[in-house]
Amino acid sequence: MAVFLRRSSSRAAVTIGVLLLTTSFFIPGASSDNRDAARGGSNGTRGGPGQVLQVEKEQRNSSVHQETHTNSSADHKKPFPVLSFNYDHVRTPFEISLWILLALLMKLGFHIIPRVSHVVPESCLLIVVGLLVGGIIKAIGEKAPVLGYELFFFYLLPPIILDAGYFLPTRHFMDNIGTILVFAVVGTLWNAFFVGGMMYGVCQIEGAQLATVDLLSCLLFGSIVSAVDPVAVLAVFEEIHINELLHILVFGESLLNDAVTVVLYHLFEEFSHAGTVTVVDAFLGVVCFFVVSLGGILFGAIYGLLGAFTSRFTSHTRVIEPLFVFLYSYMAYLSAEVFHLSGIMSLIACGVVMRPYVEANISHKSYTTIKYFLKMWSSVSETLIFIFLGVSTVAGPHAWNWTFVVFTVLVCLVSRVLGVIGLTFLINKFRIVKLTKKDQFIVAYGGLRGAIAFSLGFLVTDSQMKNMFLTAIITVIFFTVFVQGMTIRPLVELLAVKKKKESKRSINEEIHTQFLDHLLTGIEDICGHYGHHHWKDKMNRFNKTYVKRWLIAGERSTEPQLISFYNKLEMKQAIMQVESGSSAKLPTPESSVSMQNVQPKEPVRQRAIPSISKSREQEIRKMLRANLQKTRQRLRSYSRHDLLIEPFEDHVSEARLRKQRAEMGRRMSHYLTVPANRQEVPSVRKVCFEPEHQVFTYDTECPNIQTSRPPDTVRLLTESHQRTNQSAELQELSAKETDIEDQQKVSRCFSDPGPKSDQDRDGSSTS
Amino acid sequence: MGALQSLPAQPEYIDLAQKTGFSFEQIAILHKRFKQLSRDEETLRRENFSQIPDLACNPIRTQIIEAFFDKRNYHQNDVGMVEEIGFKEFLVVMSHFRPPSHRMTEEQRENVRTEKLRFLFNMHDTDNDGTITLEEYRHVVEELLSRSGALGKETAKGIADAAMLEVASISVGHMEPDEFYEGITFEHFLKLLKGFEIESRMNIRFLNMDTSTLCK
Repeated sequence: MAVFLRRSSSRAAVTIGVLLLTTSFFIPGASSDNRDAARGGSNGTRGGPGQVLQVEKEQRNSSVHQETHTNSSADHKKPFPVLSFNYDHVRTPFEISLWILLALLMKLGFHIIPRVSHVVPESCLLIVVGLLVGGIIKAIGEKAPVLGYELFFFYLLPPIILDAGYFLPTRHFMDNIGTILVFAVVGTLWNAFFVGGMMYGVCQIEGAQLATVDLLSCLLFGSIVSAVDPVAVLAVFEEIHINELLHILVFGESLLNDAVTVVLYHLFEEFSHAGTVTVVDAFLGVVCFFVVSLGGILFGAIYGLLGAFTSRFTSHTRVIEPLFVFLYSYMAYLSAEVFHLSGIMSLIACGVVMRPYVEANISHKSYTTIKYFLKMWSSVSETLIFIFLGVSTVAGPHAWNWTFVVFTVLVCLVSRVLGVIGLTFLINKFRIVKLTKKDQFIVAYGGLRGAIAFSLGFLVTDSQMKNMFLTAIITVIFFTVFVQGMTIRPLVELLAVKKKKESKRSINEEIHTQFLDHLLTGIEDICGHYGHHHWKDKMNRFNKTYVKRWLIAGERSTEPQLISFYNKLEMKQAIMQVESGSSAKLPTPESSVSMQNVQPKEPVRQRAIPSISKSREQEIRKMLRANLQKTRQRLRSYSRHDLLIEPFEDHVSEARLRKQRAEMGRRMSHYLTVPANRQEVPSVRKVCFEPEHQVFTYDTECPNIQTSRPPDTVRLLTESHQRTNQSAELQELSAKETDIEDQQKVSRCFSDPGPKSDQDRDGSSTS
Repeated sequence: MGALQSLPAQPEYIDLAQKTGFSFEQIAILHKRFKQLSRDEETLRRENFSQIPDLACNPIRTQIIEAFFDKRNYHQNDVGMVEEIGFKEFLVVMSHFRPPSHRMTEEQRENVRTEKLRFLFNMHDTDNDGTITLEEYRHVVEELLSRSGALGKETAKGIADAAMLEVASISVGHMEPDEFYEGITFEHFLKLLKGFEIESRMNIRFLNMDTSTLCK
């Protein structure tokens, strides 16, 4: 029953979406009719139809012979239009919103049908929906929106690329940069020339009516259709969760081949107009490639540094922090496009450069905002792209030529496979970890074409060949997305390709990652070999001594990576604990191991510890309770500029919160405090405090909460901590102490603490 | 480059190549470097290592240097430290950083991984009792953070404690409050870094190229 309801609700969603969209096309049709009628009545009157308005005009027409003042009196006697209908002036935003709404309803619908979304990747389903909608629109007779150059390259593509670039796993990317570059540059060049050449050969075949297609047009076609598309790759690879190496290889290739595509495209476009090609032109083409790619990266890096520098000063205006990230990145993209440089590489460079510094500077909420906005925009963009692809397929003028299309598909496949095999053979000579045959297969099979090829195809000026090219491009896109996209998941299962590691980053792995980095650098130095690690280490040191000082505000600039990782981990644990209530499990779930088990036991020493009198203890308790009270009061204030917390506080009842805090305090005191035998201040938490407090402290009535904690309170607490480990009062006291600190930590977590590490798509921070 | 190619395959090279898996060119290059570091003497001492300028800013240089003089890394089932090493020991220690060959079976790959992890374990376990105690682990983290001054020292303790806790939870799971976790044994260490893919990460590129002219 539930299944039936669910299925019917998804169908309902789909139907509603389609109906909404078709209605939007009826309305303009209706409005245009009325507008004509109205124009027939009086001249130049803008505005939509309406019965009242029309009546008015007819009256005016009939009384045009009368005197003006009777006209005006006739006008005065009319009733005031209570309800009028004017569609035209909201037309554009209305339709845009409707399209986006349709796209999202489709997305919603697919996830409610579980079976289908397992077999068919989302991109295929969206294209099918696009085809349906396109078909309906064509049946109505309206003109469908087309995925043109401007719409695609300026509005739909940047969010996806920014999302990819901002959350790029930099470490994996840089480790494999050589391989990625070879695939992107040499691979795309090979593909372009092979496809272009072969298609020219095909066009020479007698009886195919293709003799008009010359070599340069074929090469242009080859350069358009040979580029692996990042949108399609992302859409498909996201769902199959293969290991990071393969993912970054294919994805990195799809990003970096943009430079090659841009250069080749403009090159062949120019040549086909000029007619002849000289050696100088070819040489200039090569120079152009370097200018385009390096220039794009330079633009991106400059804007990235600017963005990082700006974020240094935003500690008082946290609300607009995300906007800086978005706008600087978009400006980087557009600036690169002005000079015909590679906008995609510029955007990626901006995101990669900006991210480590911005994340150190911005608040936790801004980080979450950035993350969610990027995911949201890229999701909407992707959906719209695929739907528009379907619509444009139905709408566009087609010139179907069996020979051309079939051979295009075949040649593309063959060239991809040959290219990957050949290049891997070369690359494996230089790689430490070689690419196996399975890896090669996945890389070759994952070379999907997508909307970039389509939009570039739209720019071809020669209209006769344009239609044929577009048809072929669409066929290739459909083939790769449908056939390869649908079959890649079962193939991955069949070939038992290594999947992505699902485990979270543990502190041990982080320690050993850093240890290994230093170890390998040291060994390289001993060998006398300036290798990969040596340069990475040099860059890190440069980054630390010079760049971080300029771009990161306050004391965060000197924080080593291990410490910031540990802080993030702690923060995450705290948030997790409070958000999920007292049934939460900390990352070491099923174990009851605590610090007592790990600490070496020492013989109990006789120490002369000043014992605390009862009255002093009472005093301490009162102080602690008062602090708790004050903290909670402060959290109540709310204004758009303060951004203190918190609606969260209002939802949770007092008792539950207290219970949670007590629970967490107890657990935290086990896990993070060095227990009683040592004379140590629980200093771990100190590290968390300083940067965040600058935002948080607004009133000075409660000096205890600030960083300069009155030393005697602390000392007393720890000393009482040390007395015995077992006394009930002591445990309560320690619970209260950790209570406060954790409550502060929690409250700070909810106000403006530092960013927490991401789960899904982002990789490690740059090391 | 020309001088190197005309070197005949000396008999001791053959023996070394068999033992460590390096090729003759790689052994010749490393021998040249060895001679450069030891100032043409037969053995290397700790002072020779300390004179490498790039190594001076490495936070764990002491441990790296000690690893060369640690008999456990010579594959001879011996323990203890030595004062000076010959070329053979130098090469054996270096061989821990060779990448696994392309055509290895799963079992051989497993052996390579165990060997590399054993090297790391020996680096941490300085008193050679077979376990990495909390103190030793703290020392490791402190060294890693040694460039951050006083702030690093206290946090290092916290980090090492949390890490140790994690190891205990992963390896032993459930412990009574009065049980005691002695330290990380080698089996626990293997289990801990199982997903670390060390055989692909702990590698140096020993190219067949004469690199001794590039740096001191």
